[in-house]
Amino acid sequence: MSYEELLTKTALADERFVVMTAENRALVRNLPGILGKRFIDTGITEQTMVGAAAGLALRGRIPVLHALASFLTMRAFEFVRTDAGIPNLPIKLSSFIPGFLSDGNGPTHQAIEDVSIMRGIPNVTVFAAADEQDLVGMLPAIWASPNPAYVRINTRKTEYNHTPFEIGKAEVIAEGTDVTILTYGLLFEQALIAMQILKDQGLSVGLVNMRSLKPVDEQAILKVAKASKLVVTLEDHFNTGGLYTIVAETLLKHQTMAKVMPYGLDKWFKPALLPEVLAYEGFTGKQIAEKILGYTTNAIQPEIATPEFAE
Amino acid sequence: MNDLKDIAFKVRQHIIRMSTDGGCFVGASLSAADLIVYLYTKFLNINKDNLDDPNRDYLFLSKGHDVPALYGTFAEICLLEPERLKNHLSVNDHIYWHPNTKIPGIEFHSGSLGHLPSVALGVALDIKMRGGNNRVICIIGDGELNEGSCWEAVLVANAHKLDNLIFVIDRNQFQANMATEDLIPLEPLHDKFTAFGAAVKRIDGHSFEALDEAFSAYPFQQGKLNVVIADTVRGKGLPSIQARADRWFCNFTHDEVESLLKELGGEETTELTSETLVVR
Repeated sequence: MSYEELLTKTALADERFVVMTAENRALVRNLPGILGKRFIDTGITEQTMVGAAAGLALRGRIPVLHALASFLTMRAFEFVRTDAGIPNLPIKLSSFIPGFLSDGNGPTHQAIEDVSIMRGIPNVTVFAAADEQDLVGMLPAIWASPNPAYVRINTRKTEYNHTPFEIGKAEVIAEGTDVTILTYGLLFEQALIAMQILKDQGLSVGLVNMRSLKPVDEQAILKVAKASKLVVTLEDHFNTGGLYTIVAETLLKHQTMAKVMPYGLDKWFKPALLPEVLAYEGFTGKQIAEKILGYTTNAIQPEIATPEFAE
Repeated sequence: MNDLKDIAFKVRQHIIRMSTDGGCFVGASLSAADLIVYLYTKFLNINKDNLDDPNRDYLFLSKGHDVPALYGTFAEICLLEPERLKNHLSVNDHIYWHPNTKIPGIEFHSGSLGHLPSVALGVALDIKMRGGNNRVICIIGDGELNEGSCWEAVLVANAHKLDNLIFVIDRNQFQANMATEDLIPLEPLHDKFTAFGAAVKRIDGHSFEALDEAFSAYPFQQGKLNVVIADTVRGKGLPSIQARADRWFCNFTHDEVESLLKELGGEETTELTSETLVVR
């Protein structure tokens, strides 16, 4: 099932759902004809869309909002914080092309602080999907929750078959004693590749899909910290405020020591098509594995699919 | 309309009494007092018994710092016990410098300018979607119109033909520190809103007759956002602070408050020594 099919099904079954967009229709092309007045395009007005969503939520609606990740989180930040966060309204933010998915757009479109700023707002929950199946599996619970939610949309297809989603729970893909990679979103694909290369080098490797970033699965982090000699926080996000910070906060809160390697960004990334971005910035599965190993291997990096659409 | 004048007089007394022991935005509250009193007593279908009714009207106070005028009005129309106004700025109540929904009748919290035009827009959209007849008012300060989000909301309201939405501009000619026209000129304001597609009326915001004439014409035009530019006076009712840039947020002494209450009643003006606090 695709994102749009799930949203269509959900909105047709429940009159409370209203689909909004700040003229970002890539994910909802067919919905105007299907939902009629319950599809609201406010034009290129991210802050007004969020404010209007608060008004709709006051009247009992569940608005699902669409905009490019950087504008939804940053242009409209204070509206999300003040009009969704303070009153704790069920406003659902679907953020398009977050992280590396903005590939060739340039730094204006790079939402690589979105997790940091969204999770900084009380009441706002934060999620990231590893692929389309993960996304479609997590959204029903997120949309049914009473809280505002920020979701990093990822509609890429992988071969992985995910376990059922639960808010506040991580998905443990594998357990390992030498190294465990914690990741979320798009980089799940590359983490699977890195895990295989590391295993081929004889290491005991763990991998966890941190799809619920807030609330976060503290027990999963503590378990990994205890079981694994090295923990890697892999993310297409600044090292400030994202998963690396979440792990650090969790370890400190529970007075737990662990060796943690941050594998994120410290500045805006080089704009190009996605496969080249990953290679240039050192985020292909092979590069990730070799950086963890500290030496190069003969492993072959599988081809990385270019995103289907850009906006 | 004499009953309205009596209510507005009492509301101004409430405002003046809140302007001590920490103070309040007294000038902006006094400018908005008449239009808030008019709207709640003559126009809006809002009362303590119908707050949960989805068919009632709505009033959003976007220029939230004039909330003493709203609380004063609530006290006079039985939405708030008048005694509670004495709890202004106490941690034991929820009555502070900006509105919040812990006070029944407050639709949405405000304080950050330029937010509630879009929130009101969302409510108006939902009412249209459901085919309702309720009306949605948003009171916006003239200085607040510096915020681009106000104009975004007008654009979107125009696109969706929201004739159930009324933006009321409290045109008291001042923003925090100076006259609007000396900082970010707004005139010709009527023309600006008209150019954005709204149906606009400009009236004396202290005349109940003028307010009644304007709001009786609702909806001003089929399919158009209604805009009322209410020309008002900052500090209206107190000649000693009226229309002055330096009397925005005031924290008067108890003696000054007693004197200002007499001044409101028509006695001689007050000798003020306490300074305006700059909190923005």
